[in-house]
Amino acid sequence: MLRAFEKGADGVSIIGCMEGDCHYKTGNLRARKRVEQVQKILNTIGLEGERAQMYNLSSSDGPLFVKYAQEMDERIRNLGPNPMKKKKKNAA
Amino acid sequence: MIVADKKPVEEIIEYVKDCKKLLVLGCNECVTVCEAGGKKEAGVLASALRMYFANRGVEDALVDERTLERQCDHEYLEEIRDIADNYDAIVSIACGVGVQFTAEKYHSIPVYPGVNTCFLGATEQRGLWTERCQACGQCILAYTGGICPVARCAKRLLNGPCGGSSNGKCEINKELDCAWQLIIDRLKAIDRMDLYEKLFGIKDWSTDRAGGPRKVQREDVQI
Repeated sequence: MLRAFEKGADGVSIIGCMEGDCHYKTGNLRARKRVEQVQKILNTIGLEGERAQMYNLSSSDGPLFVKYAQEMDERIRNLGPNPMKKKKKNAA
Repeated sequence: MIVADKKPVEEIIEYVKDCKKLLVLGCNECVTVCEAGGKKEAGVLASALRMYFANRGVEDALVDERTLERQCDHEYLEEIRDIADNYDAIVSIACGVGVQFTAEKYHSIPVYPGVNTCFLGATEQRGLWTERCQACGQCILAYTGGICPVARCAKRLLNGPCGGSSNGKCEINKELDCAWQLIIDRLKAIDRMDLYEKLFGIKDWSTDRAGGPRKVQREDVQI
């Protein structure tokens, strides 16, 4: 996740299965913890933690996926581009 | 194993904010198991520091990451001999032993700790580590059913329990097992309550930290 932000991603959505439905039992719960960890780190280093978001969906939840994608799109547009992108451009 | 906990990123940033070339040095042993200072954590910390510097506009900042098999052995620490001089500072996320050994070996490079070293303990479950040994230098586990009153009794009592033991719990914390209750239960289970009848004499604490920094010297394995 951090690598994606380092490379300039404006936002990262992590989408896991519904809680309780993970093929690996607790993989999606662990993923949520990691997202929380990344949010904390981003806030600490001066980026907005909300650029990383965890969602839970089942494979048949098309409309909900669209809703989450739109929600994420709106969030990111409000925040503006990842500052890393600009720094990278300057460095180049 | 040695159990450590990650330092907050803010604290590490405070150490290194004026550096431009950094090496985050992980350790493949105990701190990997307790998820505080292994290869994965080195990657996360290095990435966070790179973004911190970039966000501050320090464009020529360099943050590399490397994880050694151990930081408490000469041979592994020698692996960074050729590259160490490239850096203004090293953030070691090994235990306190690793940090110090790295600092001793690379005398002119500042070495900062990236974890808080906590105790010698066991993994009870993922994300939960508890203390088991205080390295007192004179093990008495043979007489206490394999449960250490030095490490696990709040008062380090050798002839317990004390009056603060209630329903098997310690008075300092209702969730903490009374070590002496555990010892008695265990001695009963192995049919060795005769050991409980014997009084412990005064323990020689000179082998503990009270006797100053310690060393183990083994002539049988020294060349």
